[in-house]
Amino acid sequence: MDPTSEQLLWMYEKMVEIREYEETMAKVYLEGKLPPKIQKGLAFDIGAGPVPGEMHLAAGQEPVAVGVCAHLRREDTVVGAHRPHHFAIAKDVDLLGMTSEMFGKANGLGKGKGGHMHLFDPAVKFSCSGIVGAGAPQACGAALAAKKLGKDWVAVSFFGEGAANQGAFHEALNLASLWKLPVIFVCEDNKYGISVEKSASTAIESNADRAAGYGMPGVLVDTNDAVAVFRAAGEAVARARRGEGPTLIEVKTDRYLGHFQGDPETYRPKNEAQQLRQHDPIVILGAQLRARGELDDAKDAALRSTISARVQAAYEHGRNSPYPAPEDALLHVFAD
Amino acid sequence: MSTANKVRKLSMAEAISEGIGQEMARDERVFVMGEDIGKYGGIFSATTGLLDQFGPERIMDTPISETGFMGAAIGAAAEGLRPISELMFVDFFGVCFDQIYNHLAKNTYMSGGACKFPVVITTGIGGGYNDAAQHSQCLYAMFAHVPGLKVVVPSNAYDAKGLMIQAIRDDNPVVFMYHKGIMGLSWMSYFEGSTNEVPAEPYTIPFGQAKVVRDGKDLTIVTLSQMVQKSVLAADKLAAEGIEAEIIDLRTLVPLDKETVLRSVAKTGRLLVADEDYLSFGVSGEIAAIVAEQLNHLQLKAPVRRLAVPDVPIPFSRPLEQFAIPQVDAIAAEARALMQLTLD
Repeated sequence: MDPTSEQLLWMYEKMVEIREYEETMAKVYLEGKLPPKIQKGLAFDIGAGPVPGEMHLAAGQEPVAVGVCAHLRREDTVVGAHRPHHFAIAKDVDLLGMTSEMFGKANGLGKGKGGHMHLFDPAVKFSCSGIVGAGAPQACGAALAAKKLGKDWVAVSFFGEGAANQGAFHEALNLASLWKLPVIFVCEDNKYGISVEKSASTAIESNADRAAGYGMPGVLVDTNDAVAVFRAAGEAVARARRGEGPTLIEVKTDRYLGHFQGDPETYRPKNEAQQLRQHDPIVILGAQLRARGELDDAKDAALRSTISARVQAAYEHGRNSPYPAPEDALLHVFAD
Repeated sequence: MSTANKVRKLSMAEAISEGIGQEMARDERVFVMGEDIGKYGGIFSATTGLLDQFGPERIMDTPISETGFMGAAIGAAAEGLRPISELMFVDFFGVCFDQIYNHLAKNTYMSGGACKFPVVITTGIGGGYNDAAQHSQCLYAMFAHVPGLKVVVPSNAYDAKGLMIQAIRDDNPVVFMYHKGIMGLSWMSYFEGSTNEVPAEPYTIPFGQAKVVRDGKDLTIVTLSQMVQKSVLAADKLAAEGIEAEIIDLRTLVPLDKETVLRSVAKTGRLLVADEDYLSFGVSGEIAAIVAEQLNHLQLKAPVRRLAVPDVPIPFSRPLEQFAIPQVDAIAAEARALMQLTLD
């Protein structure tokens, strides 16, 4: 299944938005965290600044999010992982609420109780988790619900290649195939589980091969390309909607930034990220659009300016919104 | 026909499955997942008869993949269904606790209340039948310790049915912990006081309401689950000696009915906590602390005493296990000792 011009443009715009979002966050995140503004002797203070805590950014991994989400509807479920922004943006999660959440503000998606690894937007059926591999069984549950409710909704579980060595992943694959659930398991192979290379963590080359052990199709997308992901995901989503069960897709993708911001990245060659950026999927898709006559400099500048304004407005919204009252920490333990 | 025949007594297992069945008939969003809950009817008979009534679409046997189906319960609940997910033995929580404590218990909070997870986890607890350290624990304190889980620990059939229906209708995660030794199984000895009169119609028992099982003026025994039945037998022995024990059945740990505990201790001035969970950092310490925090409002006549598993894994051999898990005689002995104590 090839994308229409409209779908290509949607993926391009979303990728531009994700990149703008992540690169802005990379800067905002550092505010207040570096000397001389922090405790003497520290090189970096993770708990300081307007966006405190861990921060895992997805610059470079945009094709996985847009290639899959291009096929999804509002009623379809997405369960992301600890590096969730690209999925959230591609699933149309409320950008203002999501950004406020990362600033810990009262009007954040979780009223400041979740932060960047724990974003919940039930309006578009998006959630994520900071625990590696934990989302796959939950996606099975959403898919089970769709089946029980007689809907053709699907659920997508996104996770990194490190998660494919978790028991939760294997239990979920078996369950999904056994019960023929409309789930698409999407593994982002960005080569590293924090610092450990895939070759040092995973006994086989491609996690797509693991699908065979559970009687489901396994598809390897061996290029960090939105259209290639789009084709693989289109098949998988259509199959799930037809009631034919789950698919496992692995995408070889690229992580341009550290595992988290502040990561010294001593485990990979100094110029690796720079080399990876030579094959920027946004540039590649932009060139395809230009070749089809769907994009030119003027249009590109216009859409980038619109997107940038939207992203920057979200950051301003997050920055300027009020914090919750401290005692609001006591609310929402239960849903009563 | 005598009137006695009109009293309908059920075992706790029968009461639980009846409660689940009535809610499933009332609300088609309710379904059950777990190991051997279908044809087998649950290893401890908590789902007996439900497969015939509701079929395999709603009474779903699962693979031995607790992480898989606990996670699936979370995902299905987020979509508006109301799963009941059975963890066969509570001891197995170790293979799936991430889904329970990091997700089920926290996702409502981390979503700022935007997401609800109406999941009931049913699970078998307790020892007394020589199943050793990996199949005999209570562990309710571990679940009660984590914010975001309601914890229900019934001691008898009547309470179990009402609390189960309440649990299924709750929009929050509820861990419903049934002691194997009060389920009234045909293959395990049980305390007969747990099999009692159960109305045929559905009813609910609100959470956070402890029950005064026995009135007494001399000491308060705060307890739960199977230990309630043991405490009742101990109290009978004590009464013959002229000691009147008041017994409080907590029924739920989260929420916890502190008022009923404090009212009773204020009356008797003596507190014994009888618990089948581990001694340290558990229910007995929590109850003692609640009383200690109110010493400006109530007068104790003696120091608080705690009876629980003495911080050892549950041993296999009968004499060892009977020693480690507090028995009726041990409760009576603790009560007698408490009556001898004073504060000076």
